[in-house]
Amino acid sequence: MQVKIKILRFNPEQDTKPHFETYTVEQEPTDRVLDALNNIKWYTDGTLTFRRSCAHGVCGSDAMRINGRNRLACKLLIQDVGANITIEPIMGFRVLKDLVVDMEPFFAGYRAVKPFLINHDQPPAGRERHQTPEDRDRIDDTSKCIMCACCTTACPITWTNADFVGPAAIVQAHRFIYDSRDQGSDERLAIMNDKSGVWRCRTIFNCTDACPRDIKITRAIEQVKRTLLYDRV
Amino acid sequence: MYHRYDALIIGAGGAGLMAAAQLSNVCSTAVISKLYPPRSHTGAAQGGIGAAIGNVEEDHWLWHMFDTVKGGDYLTDQDAAEVLAREAIDAVFELEHMGLPFNRTPDGKIDQRRFGGHTRNFGEGPVRRACFSADRTGHMILYTLYQQGIKNDVEFYDEYMMLDLLITDDGVCNGIVALNVADGEFHVFHAKAVILATGGFGRVFKITSNAMAATGDGVAVAFRRGIPLEDMEFYQFHPTGINKLGILLTEGARGEGGILRNVNGERFMERYTPTLKDLAPRDMVSRFIWQEIREGRGIGPDKDYIHLDLTHLPPGALEEKLPDITDFVRTYMGIDPVTQPIPIQPTAHYAMGGVPTDIDGRVTLDASNTALPGLYAAGEVACVSVHGANRLGTNSLVDLIVFGRRAGKHAAEFVKTANLAALPAEPDFRARAEVSNLLDRTKGEKAADIRATMQAEMMDKAGVFRTGEALSEVRGTLSNLRARYANVAIDDKGKIHNMDLVEALELGFMLDCAETIVEGAVTRTESRGAHMREDYAERDDENWLKHTLAYKTSGGIQMKYKPVSITRFEPKERNY
Repeated sequence: MQVKIKILRFNPEQDTKPHFETYTVEQEPTDRVLDALNNIKWYTDGTLTFRRSCAHGVCGSDAMRINGRNRLACKLLIQDVGANITIEPIMGFRVLKDLVVDMEPFFAGYRAVKPFLINHDQPPAGRERHQTPEDRDRIDDTSKCIMCACCTTACPITWTNADFVGPAAIVQAHRFIYDSRDQGSDERLAIMNDKSGVWRCRTIFNCTDACPRDIKITRAIEQVKRTLLYDRV
Repeated sequence: MYHRYDALIIGAGGAGLMAAAQLSNVCSTAVISKLYPPRSHTGAAQGGIGAAIGNVEEDHWLWHMFDTVKGGDYLTDQDAAEVLAREAIDAVFELEHMGLPFNRTPDGKIDQRRFGGHTRNFGEGPVRRACFSADRTGHMILYTLYQQGIKNDVEFYDEYMMLDLLITDDGVCNGIVALNVADGEFHVFHAKAVILATGGFGRVFKITSNAMAATGDGVAVAFRRGIPLEDMEFYQFHPTGINKLGILLTEGARGEGGILRNVNGERFMERYTPTLKDLAPRDMVSRFIWQEIREGRGIGPDKDYIHLDLTHLPPGALEEKLPDITDFVRTYMGIDPVTQPIPIQPTAHYAMGGVPTDIDGRVTLDASNTALPGLYAAGEVACVSVHGANRLGTNSLVDLIVFGRRAGKHAAEFVKTANLAALPAEPDFRARAEVSNLLDRTKGEKAADIRATMQAEMMDKAGVFRTGEALSEVRGTLSNLRARYANVAIDDKGKIHNMDLVEALELGFMLDCAETIVEGAVTRTESRGAHMREDYAERDDENWLKHTLAYKTSGGIQMKYKPVSITRFEPKERNY
């Protein structure tokens, strides 16, 4: 089928402001949007720039705004989005070129929540720390996060408040706060309780809608809020 | 720009990050990666990491070692396989201690599942050895190790692409040259030790499970600097890729009870490997899938695929233990694996060959394992050789952790006493010339056409089945593509995030990989593991129980050989 793709382009070496360019390509309905972008890049216009790697929704490279919604280009089929596609970079971070944005603030938010297991005890020698399947289940959903930034850049609070750590960082904090093996919850909850933490969230659900991994992000954020209010991990 | 460190790690997948965990607290260390570390392809590994921890049934490291050796069709170096199987146990516990959320048994231990070629008591039947975290074990390993990197304050250079390896006239490695993709600047990293952890090159083939970034950069750069490549002819096709797309569906699906069926609904693997059935090693299963298709028992309008049937698994098994592949099948095929069988075909998956190393990750140059001081390799870029002619499922993750750690530890010791060898006047001249060649050429052909031809030809003629005739043809094609590559022109002439340039450079790397694969495959006139020569259908231990070493010379690729380390298990016929 013929697909018309309108892409917001910006080349900082030439342009003073972004502009749309439209390409018409022939694709199978079952192709991914990423296939169409590759088709344009490889055979029509090699200057079109976007990040990509795994091409099946697990590496998190190709988050972009597709017809107004944050999606991974490799996890969205042409037949599910139609023959007229508009693609823009994810919002809230500086555009470096075309669909490539500056991810540094995003990773800074991630690093801010101490995203690593904190446990001061000597681990048992020659065996694992034990954890019940039920305790493991508590972090199952949030451990699926691939840090694509679809959630964070769909959040209106992120767009207007650069200090907000954002939903992805809260998801990553959640993955440790509720890990029965972790002893760093107090430190992390203090970060969550800060003015740039969970209380910026206005429960808009954009993050949950945007997540390509179907993580129930709003629920995870609410769980952190309740823990802060009622002091129960 | 110039940087100086004690140690450099190139690549931020499992092996690179595991090496970083050994080095970052000991000496000044930088991790240089083409991708943000969490984008690395380790994150796509699904089913599990094998270790004989025996949590759900009796198991022993020696059984794991035996399976690894037999799985590799006895080309596996047994000293290395012993290290792998022994150290896998501690490696898994170390990952757990770092925080990896493994699935658990009811009593809180790490849960384990079956996987292809992993057996109890030297082949009696399948054993539950694969420790797993749903079907995103690689994702959890990658994240756990990246988290350690953040905790340890590792210096990351993200989106820097290595273009050259620096080796002195005295044969000592003292750094690399990288392109900062963000702004197009060249960076010289001067160091006492370099660990290559750049991964594989599945993108050489048309249908692959590999990420677009898996273009063999480290393999090719080493080869260009005179380092041999070992056993490149052994390339694994994973039996269950999504039809036409190649997206991986884990062997864990069969470990949980999934069955392969042909057009008659027959469980055909029973005929070929009666003991292990669907859980035979990957080389065999891929071959038998093609055999079914060739003999007219494929499925679909073109009778060109096979079904992976998961419909009989207990309710909830897919959602709980295989949620990601369930999602992939629903997303990309529009079918529900709970009620419908999945069309699959073998997909290019893993390079057994690569940069030769010893069991400490030191890159070696010849049959007597002479090390190149200062240079290490670990993970898929390397050939220890722990996978021989065919890797067992889960052993890639074991390899990353065990040999990433060993390379890191050895390098940490090495830099304590090593001198920093001086750089030449213009260490980046080759890299600059290569890049300006591509940027300056205004007329020429597109890299995409050359790449597409290479991928199609490699898939057809250097894939699961090979013949001398087809290999000669593809060798001719590659030499033609190499000539055409010298005339590639790119559209993007800019400095900032020039992915057009990156892709053209990657194509150059892939051509090196493809040429060495084919050269090895032409040379090896026998069938062993993943290398199936229809014109030499038998394994030939008398002549070919040896590794190939491919050297780049001015007269083309030159082949030399290296003996296989055999310590405990004499080569036998391989039945399952």
